[in-house]
Amino acid sequence: MSGKMRMDTDQLIRTLAADNSHRARPVGLVLALALLAAAPVSLLMFFAELGVRPDVMTAMHNPFFDLKFAVTLALASAAIIASLHLSRPEASLRGFGWLFVIPAGLLAAGIGGEMLLPQRLPMMTRLVGHNSKVCMTAIPLMSLPLLVASLIGLRHGAPTRPAVAGAIAGMVSAGLAATLYASHCPDDSPLFVATWYTIAAALVTAIGALAGSRMLRF
Amino acid sequence: MREREDEWTGLMRSAISGDNASYHRLLKAIAPVLRAAARRGLARAGQPVDQSEDIVQDILLAVHLKRHTWDANAPFAPWLFAIARNKLIDALRRRGRRVFVNIDDFAETIADQPPAETASAGEVAAHLNALPARQRDVLQSIAVDSASIKDTAAKFSMSEGAVRVALHRGLSSLTAKLREG
Repeated sequence: MSGKMRMDTDQLIRTLAADNSHRARPVGLVLALALLAAAPVSLLMFFAELGVRPDVMTAMHNPFFDLKFAVTLALASAAIIASLHLSRPEASLRGFGWLFVIPAGLLAAGIGGEMLLPQRLPMMTRLVGHNSKVCMTAIPLMSLPLLVASLIGLRHGAPTRPAVAGAIAGMVSAGLAATLYASHCPDDSPLFVATWYTIAAALVTAIGALAGSRMLRF
Repeated sequence: MREREDEWTGLMRSAISGDNASYHRLLKAIAPVLRAAARRGLARAGQPVDQSEDIVQDILLAVHLKRHTWDANAPFAPWLFAIARNKLIDALRRRGRRVFVNIDDFAETIADQPPAETASAGEVAAHLNALPARQRDVLQSIAVDSASIKDTAAKFSMSEGAVRVALHRGLSSLTAKLREG
């Protein structure tokens, strides 16, 4: 072939029609595959550096230990649902905000519940906890592979609000990483979770928004 | 206007279920609407309207490569206009303008039928020439020489599957190059 090639719109349309047989995978499938591929990396980081806390068998009988998982999984699920919705170009977040009320509400109920029970430690001690530095480092670090995966999944979609979609991808990864971290963390007070997990998740959400605004344009 | 949108939705449903002719008809039907909206957007941003064809081609490529994000149970027009609006804003931004593009721009143009015309565009053509030889040959054969996939396969001694792959890759990399600007 020689010479400069030109293509007018009718020719482009004919070419696109010829490619109609090509079927792209659904966004949900690509997102799931990407997360499954990234999960071993985060798990490896977790088991190499942290591991499940030694008293996990007794901890499981503590409702405040279990609540951590309910909160983090509720966040991850809400964010996955919202991100799949936002992967469609005409979608807005309207009507989806309430999804994020679920993890927040669970946490608020936990804080209320803990207030009603007699406590050995004063409130500030429970809030400050033992492990806030590890929490704030481990959650963002374990989030990173999952964040990349979430962004790859969303890139396969057509989000017209890339920064918002990126932020939600950040919440997906923070929710999943926090679920792992919760099994290591000795601090079970909902006050601790509401403070440090939230700060860690907010950081990942911000990174996601920044990355999304660049990566998710199509 | 309503009837027209319903017709688009029907055509897109047939297209998704494998009817290439419906897909061709749909793309032909939306192109003038997109062209009118692109011209309007450019004019409003104080840009020469002769660049509208670049934007139309950019939108058509995005529609094609992102059509799996359309929900076949939803109407097609809102999905199309969301893609088009996004591409138009992007194009104007790349030309250094910050403008607000109203979704109604697209809806309005359905009412007043713009004249059908097709101008040649520079951007897609420029990137075409930078594609790998095989993808370029296949695109040239199908786009310019109007050959079918079967004829193209025979011409280059390729399998039809390989032609399809080269065609799709060519369109994807064109889109990627357009995005890089």
